[in-house]
Amino acid sequence: MKALRAFWFRPEMRRKMKFQREADPEWAQQVAQRPGCEGLFSCLQCGTCSGTCPLSIYMDFAPRRIIGLVREGFREDALGCQTIWLCASCYACAVHCPRQIRITDVMYSLKREALQYKLYPRRFPIPVLAQEFYGIVSDRGRSSEFWLVLRMALHSNPLQLLTLIGTGWRLFRTGRLSLHKEQIEHVKELQAELAGRRGT
Amino acid sequence: MTSATYGYYPGCSMRGSGIAYEESLVTLFRLLGLTLQELRDWNCCGATSYMCIDENLAFLLSARNLALAQQTGFRELVTPCSACYLCLRKVQDYVQRYPQVAERVRDSLAVASLPPLDAVKVRHPLEILFTDVEPERIRSKAVRHWHGGQVACYYGCQLVRPYGEADRLHNPTRMDELLQAVGVPTVKFALKTKCCGGSLTGTIHPVGLRLNYILLKEAARKGAKAIATVCPLCQYNLDAYQAEIRRETGEALDLPILFFTQILGWALGGDVRSLGLHRAISGRRVIDEWFPQHPEEVESYV
Amino acid sequence: MSEANGGIRIGVYTCHCGTNIAAAVDVESLAAYAATLPDVVVSREYKYLCCDPGQDLIRQDIADKRLNRIVVAACSPHLHEHTFRGALVAGGLNPFYLQLVNIREHVAWVHEDRKEATRKAEDLLRAAVRRVARHEPLEPGRTPIHPDVLVVGGGIAGIHAALTLANAGKRIYLVEREPTIGGHMAKFDRTFPTLDCAACILTPKMSAVKAHPNITLWTYSEVTKVDGHVGNYTVKVKRWPRYVREDLCAGCMECLEACVYEEARVPDDFNLGLTKRKPIYIAFPEAVPQVPVIDPDTCIQFKSGKCKKTCIDACGERHAISFQLQEKTEEIEVGSIIVATGFQVFDARRASYYGYGVYPNVYTALEVERLVNASGPTGGEVVLRDGRAPKTVGIVHCVGSRDENTNRWCSRVCCMYSLKLAHLIKERTGAEVFNFYIDIRTPGKGFEEFYQKLLNERVHFIRGRVAEVTDWALDPTEEGKLVLRVEDTLASLVRRIPVDMVVLAVGLEPHPDAPETGRIFNISCSEEGFFLERHPKLAPVNTFTDGVFLAGCCQGPKDIPDTVAQAGAAAAEALALIDAGSVETEPNTAYVIAEVCSGCKTCIPLCPYHAVTFLDNEKKVRIDQAMCRGCGTCVAACPSGSIRQHLFEDEQIFEEIEGILAYA
Repeated sequence: MKALRAFWFRPEMRRKMKFQREADPEWAQQVAQRPGCEGLFSCLQCGTCSGTCPLSIYMDFAPRRIIGLVREGFREDALGCQTIWLCASCYACAVHCPRQIRITDVMYSLKREALQYKLYPRRFPIPVLAQEFYGIVSDRGRSSEFWLVLRMALHSNPLQLLTLIGTGWRLFRTGRLSLHKEQIEHVKELQAELAGRRGT
Repeated sequence: MTSATYGYYPGCSMRGSGIAYEESLVTLFRLLGLTLQELRDWNCCGATSYMCIDENLAFLLSARNLALAQQTGFRELVTPCSACYLCLRKVQDYVQRYPQVAERVRDSLAVASLPPLDAVKVRHPLEILFTDVEPERIRSKAVRHWHGGQVACYYGCQLVRPYGEADRLHNPTRMDELLQAVGVPTVKFALKTKCCGGSLTGTIHPVGLRLNYILLKEAARKGAKAIATVCPLCQYNLDAYQAEIRRETGEALDLPILFFTQILGWALGGDVRSLGLHRAISGRRVIDEWFPQHPEEVESYV
Repeated sequence: MSEANGGIRIGVYTCHCGTNIAAAVDVESLAAYAATLPDVVVSREYKYLCCDPGQDLIRQDIADKRLNRIVVAACSPHLHEHTFRGALVAGGLNPFYLQLVNIREHVAWVHEDRKEATRKAEDLLRAAVRRVARHEPLEPGRTPIHPDVLVVGGGIAGIHAALTLANAGKRIYLVEREPTIGGHMAKFDRTFPTLDCAACILTPKMSAVKAHPNITLWTYSEVTKVDGHVGNYTVKVKRWPRYVREDLCAGCMECLEACVYEEARVPDDFNLGLTKRKPIYIAFPEAVPQVPVIDPDTCIQFKSGKCKKTCIDACGERHAISFQLQEKTEEIEVGSIIVATGFQVFDARRASYYGYGVYPNVYTALEVERLVNASGPTGGEVVLRDGRAPKTVGIVHCVGSRDENTNRWCSRVCCMYSLKLAHLIKERTGAEVFNFYIDIRTPGKGFEEFYQKLLNERVHFIRGRVAEVTDWALDPTEEGKLVLRVEDTLASLVRRIPVDMVVLAVGLEPHPDAPETGRIFNISCSEEGFFLERHPKLAPVNTFTDGVFLAGCCQGPKDIPDTVAQAGAAAAEALALIDAGSVETEPNTAYVIAEVCSGCKTCIPLCPYHAVTFLDNEKKVRIDQAMCRGCGTCVAACPSGSIRQHLFEDEQIFEEIEGILAYA
């Protein structure tokens, strides 16, 4: 059914119910086959993951709901949310889960898919950081904090650099900020090792 | 005990904001008669970011370090950074668990003429100090009395989780026991394994700040005058933003954030510079008081 | 083939077992294959062979087609061997002309590839057809049943089973490890959902046990060895010394008063350490028997030998107290055994994130059962360890249940006892009570109504498994409290809820020594460690050892009504056995070909049933057919091959092997 045109001037009103045609159960099956995501369907929705997660209080969907969304095949909701990016990989959910679901690894898997299909929230700095980090390490084999932060800020929110000046100065003064671009000796070999091995 | 040599994987942080960790680790190991031999041409472990982009490449990156360690003949690889420790440990776990991962790792290591993965043991200094050296031996080697106050031991996340090998999964105590061995009183710190937010301080800054504020506040509430850490990122997060946290919350939090190796190194006779204690940002006043530049003028050696 | 009328004539019957077998094995082609095998006269498949029409089919074929051997490809012999032997008897054949092929458990349930599974079924079937041709007629043996019964465990299950049997006129030995009977139920104040007083319904039964002329009650005792078989078990019971003689003690308790310890100093197990007791003590005022125990680990006389022994003075002329009493072992003969050894509660320290043992105001549910109990340490007042009454209480469900990291199973009783405790706490203190649950399970009579009652009493129900209990405070309202962090999954909110008291609804788990106990009684444990019943639906109190029955939580978590029902069932099974007077035994016994026996005696020490004897005159061994259990150890060990076994004759086994290997 086409959306009623009258909703154009009430953009805050959004349909919350789902039609079953919007679910992609095959995708759910496919996610459950990825390494680390096996336990997906044994989830009993107890909420231990959300309860133990230090960041769930800022998430649009708590981790439990992400598992619920994935399991039922609501791909775009699961991949387009901020939750998966807020996950700091502290593994608290994974070790507390009474079904031993490796929720952190599920989050990683969703992050990768969201990046691959460009479904991640725009101008959200965490995927930008990930991509910059990836770029630097792929080029040089090591990361250099100063250059990483600089590149991330430039690509997400240049104004942020102003707020970093104080911290940067304090680090510089104590000899903890190196402007040197770290690089490994055998960077060519590393690149050969990695070449053509992209999965997701 | 004969002087043992351990392979050493520093990780990128040790060459930047976490330089004091490396300084104090090397000093402490020297004082204990242990040698750290740096892995030649090590590369970044991939950290959490690489895993967000590509699982294959993240595993290969970590695997290269393990293969290099093996080629060098290291049986054990000391990995002080919690993120590096987890990444290296995780590739071993996945290689063992999933044949398809094992195959990909083997193939790509072959391209770089590196040996296939075998059993290099990835170890954190906390584990080595607790099980190989043992608290009792550290106590016997201590040359200084502790004149500082109570410390909250903060283990963070990726050292104990998800594998629980470096210490117990839900209630780690090894750092407490080591510090107590050299006379440092530690407080009961319920948040000892709550996450500091990792790179969130750099991305979603206010969220990162809040996580660190909670940790600092609770440590202070329990009477700790300093926090001891095992991870360069935790130390950086807790240390670098206290001025901002004070400004935002109006609370007078100014705690030194120390590496546990700095405290142990101090007890064993290391000096301020060799332990990197001069590099702290927060709690400078407390640090100057607890770790005087010329301790012999203040106290006599035992 | 020299069978009287026309050689070996085999009928093969393949069962679909609904879709249990038919879904994984091509039953039609299997039956068609069987028809091609030598000596097979008829081969049929049928939906359910175990039902009457299926049995009739076999019986009719025996008559019409003059069959003299039957092969049935169906489920495990554990389940229906007896049924099909019955069909042979009905058709006029010796029941041991039957061979079963287990194509359900061994094929259908363990394979996915239908083609390969069918091929495997064919191989097994071919082996059975070749084997059955070598079967010989046998007569089952009979064993008389000793009418006495041993009941192990004096909780509500053991008490109920013992009384039921004793009232039927049977002699019962009731053995209990603790110094008193009563088990866990003796610790409860009220029982759900009716809230009737546990002591009021339990203590009369406990006294009845003591008073019953047919019951021999041995507390502070343990079964150490069981020999024999159904109908004739020889049991050794170790009896620890109480240092107070049961036959002389009058239960006046003056020795307790007189003990040189003026104050009780030893943590009291019955009250889970919430109170203290003296070295000479009685578990609780209504304990049965009413005889104190001296704990040698804490008694000064045992530790130093220098006590004034005021207890002996207090006992005076009765001379019931004696420090010289020794452990002793009794030996009894019984015909059947009821195992009712119960459970232990989950050790809450294993769920370290809930802070039990770290924060004093985190309690286990069993501790709170004692707190709410009128005869408990606080006289029924719900107070914290510092004496304050709690204003807010959080009850955490599923601690050590439904968790892969600890115990996987649902403990069945925690939801209901949590509701009961919530009600009692609210009633006694007026506190605000929060229940944190994953699912509320109230599938019993009156259970759901009780849940509804609590909802109306404004008890909070928050659907979410608590992640942690800590004492860190984020704002002044949390200072000095325990804070539960939980996702309220129905409201989709992460919440922090400060409370004064946390109650951990710990689950039920098997005793850690259950495997050892199982070995004594020759019964096995299921995966989770509870004793395994013979069939989950149809033989829930039987075990795979005839004459050994299960009752209560040793078989799996259950509430009091279910426990009592099961105890009654176990008693009825034992009675049925006793009333039958004797049981049929499998004729799979070993026998000696005397001419070949060299008299080397290798077999004698190997026989676990002492069934082999050496005949001094003939210098040969003989196997007592009544005592042999058919384990086959002697058969395998005999160096001269002179011991053989019915139903496992060499020819039968060789035919079977060749049948399997003959790739068709």
